[in-house]
Amino acid sequence: MATVEQENPLTEGLERAPVHPTTLIIFGATGDLAQRKLLPAVYNLAHEGALPERFNLIGIARSEQPDDQYRAFAREAIEKHSRRPPDETVLNSLLERMRYVGASFDDPAAYEGIANIARELDDEAGVPFNRVFYLATAPSFFETIAQALGERGLDRREGAEVRLVVEKPFGHDLASARELNRGLLSVFEERQIFRIDHYLGKETVQNMLVLRFGNGIFEPLWNRSYIDNVQITAAEDIGIGTRAEYYDRSGALRDIVQNHLLQLLTILSMEPPVSFSADEVRNEKVKVLHAIKPPAPEDVSKRVVRAQYAAGVAEGKEVPGYLEEQGVATDSETETFVSLRLGVDNWRWAGVPIYLRAGKRLARRVTEIAVTLKPVPHLAFQQSGSLGVQPNQLILNVQPNEGVSLSLVAKIPGARMRVRPVNMEFAYGTSFMSQSPEAYERLILDTMRGDATLFARDDEVEAAWGIVDPILEAWSQSSGPLPQYAAGSQGPAEADAILEPGMEWRPL
Amino acid sequence: MTVEVWTAENTTPADIDAALRKLLEEQHVRGEGLAPARVLNMVTVVDASWRGEILNRLERVGRYHPSRTILCAVEDGRETIDASARLSADGTGDPNLISVVEERVDIRMGQAHLRRLDAIVDPLILSDLTTVVWAPHGHHEAIEAMRGLADVVLLDASDDPNPARAIQWVCGLQDHAYVVDLAWLRGTPWRERIAATFDPPEWRPALRQISKVVVRHRPDSIVSGVLMLGWLSSRLGWSPGSLVEGDSGRRRGRARAGKTEVALELDPVHDLGAPGLGGITLETADGSKLSLDRSEGGLAAKRHTRDGRESSWVVLGASRGEAGILGEGIRQALLRDPTYGPAVRCAGAMLS
Repeated sequence: MATVEQENPLTEGLERAPVHPTTLIIFGATGDLAQRKLLPAVYNLAHEGALPERFNLIGIARSEQPDDQYRAFAREAIEKHSRRPPDETVLNSLLERMRYVGASFDDPAAYEGIANIARELDDEAGVPFNRVFYLATAPSFFETIAQALGERGLDRREGAEVRLVVEKPFGHDLASARELNRGLLSVFEERQIFRIDHYLGKETVQNMLVLRFGNGIFEPLWNRSYIDNVQITAAEDIGIGTRAEYYDRSGALRDIVQNHLLQLLTILSMEPPVSFSADEVRNEKVKVLHAIKPPAPEDVSKRVVRAQYAAGVAEGKEVPGYLEEQGVATDSETETFVSLRLGVDNWRWAGVPIYLRAGKRLARRVTEIAVTLKPVPHLAFQQSGSLGVQPNQLILNVQPNEGVSLSLVAKIPGARMRVRPVNMEFAYGTSFMSQSPEAYERLILDTMRGDATLFARDDEVEAAWGIVDPILEAWSQSSGPLPQYAAGSQGPAEADAILEPGMEWRPL
Repeated sequence: MTVEVWTAENTTPADIDAALRKLLEEQHVRGEGLAPARVLNMVTVVDASWRGEILNRLERVGRYHPSRTILCAVEDGRETIDASARLSADGTGDPNLISVVEERVDIRMGQAHLRRLDAIVDPLILSDLTTVVWAPHGHHEAIEAMRGLADVVLLDASDDPNPARAIQWVCGLQDHAYVVDLAWLRGTPWRERIAATFDPPEWRPALRQISKVVVRHRPDSIVSGVLMLGWLSSRLGWSPGSLVEGDSGRRRGRARAGKTEVALELDPVHDLGAPGLGGITLETADGSKLSLDRSEGGLAAKRHTRDGRESSWVVLGASRGEAGILGEGIRQALLRDPTYGPAVRCAGAMLS
């Protein structure tokens, strides 16, 4: 009997661990996500030699077209959206691996087509390829597709792994998220399901884990005794563009807070995991979400502010207000801005207010976490004639100036003991010259590797909806026009109302 | 693109250092969104006549460009030091974004200065950053002088026409600094693909059955070839003996693998464009064969199993080109590959 090697001695020292041969099957293969993100990400993985040594891609979409026409579509998408100009030889070789099935997602012919092509590719190679089904479709198709895959036995593969990748939104409220999870889990096991939140693929977000758990300096301060408050901001300077249909049904709370901002919050406040395995990390994140008390209905108006952008000036141009945007109803009550105050009720964080803020058409594009430490208990310095001592702030800048900044106070040169805040900056671009891969490159590769660390688990998604749901419920009980803020501004004045006395929002 | 320049003739390291600080201060005073890169110090020693060519190579490295480059151009007979310093920032023009500033010091010096290169360069390097020394035109005395200062020596072991001497030199350097060898990096995609081929658990036992390895290489890239054999030997616990050169530059030898032997072969291939490897074939005792060869869009893989089945495919990946390999070399200066040292030692045994 042949001895099975426990370890592959050849992988030691290699930056890229081997990935099992994989067929990636994209539902919604002609959609915006596939065009702008997925196909370019796959190309860039191919360019770098990071794809599995044997790789195929099957695209599925409603329109009927031969393989060659889909390849022409994919070429155009890659040439237009890839972060690097494509290498013609690599691109040609990649396109040769692409096949296409034209059918609607509820048509059995779609699944027969996939099964036939996938089997043909496996037979041709003499290897059972892993299969990754990527649902880049409208959420209404998630369950339909999962069920259809299950009915045709495509959810399992002898000698290989089958995985399902789901794009947000994972439901539009707690009930629908549970329903979706139930539907997916009736076919696939949780270990097979990868729920993508592309924020987690960002290098700077992953660096938060390293910053917190790889540096001894922060841990002693990372608690209610030293931290006064936290502000997490995801501000965009752009409007809704052509996404009116989606956005008007979603709004800032569902679109940004329920997923991206709560993910940032959990990474910021989770306990150190025992290891960085997928489940250990996600267990700690879920604990944080469970420790966040959702606002009671009567408290929503005191802890949450929503607003819409009005006409204003952005990037030097006059821009319309939300209600004047094409495709938006003139009486829409969808929020383009939301701010809320939460607390993590556990030993580490009890009493520390955590503020979340997200919005469109704000003064600047910035995603950051600002951790403000408590002020020093006694001041021996004269502060007159200077800006004086201000609490230290640690700013984790996710985009666009990726890096970390720590504000300190320093003496102003001169005869008097005058002080002012100064910043100690670590900017990614100054310390790492290498270009960061796109979040989708990392995440697609992780799905092929089967590493779920950077993906949301079912209980995590439901816990996040559990925080947001009471707010949606309270909003559904009230009607009338929302507060407005001028496009290109800092946001609505009403947002200040949820802050503790004496506090201010960090300027954008 | 913002560029600031200072120049001086017959100058000193202290003056150059002061000039760099002044240039940075002036940039700060202007309040532009500029921040100096702080990745590594790159000390490059070149023949003056090839200075432009090396600068072009470093320019093409692009995103891996070091934060402070000290380019020492050596001129025959020169007794004084002339220098220039420049700061450059290639920003996007977006005032909300920080532009990264790179610093370059050009020093023109004589051959005699190389013996005390450390004293010249020491005031100019940023402390606490990794210091890399690269001397692409020989100048081994410069690397020797930098032993106490350089954390990393970047080299191309294929540059020496005598591969045994090249490997011996590398073995000696490893006692003092971490060596990044471009000849080794040319083999990275090959190592990754061989590792991937044998990674499925059902294929791992075949690693113990390898009976023959043939590495095809460009004639001037013997070192890359022997490093590939050295890597396999060190990772798989083989004890390689000397390779014997035969007809047409082909080298053959054997390695002991427990109770069995593995035949090793280096075949020069004359029509390869870029330096490095051209292909590799691994055979197992049961008659299976795997070969990888350079091809368009990646590596052409061919597998022949003992039951007579054949399959072929292309492993996707763009050629990095020599600029990409140099860039990778600079990036590797901040990483540590634990497999290079053992591979070099095995390569040394094969070339002894």
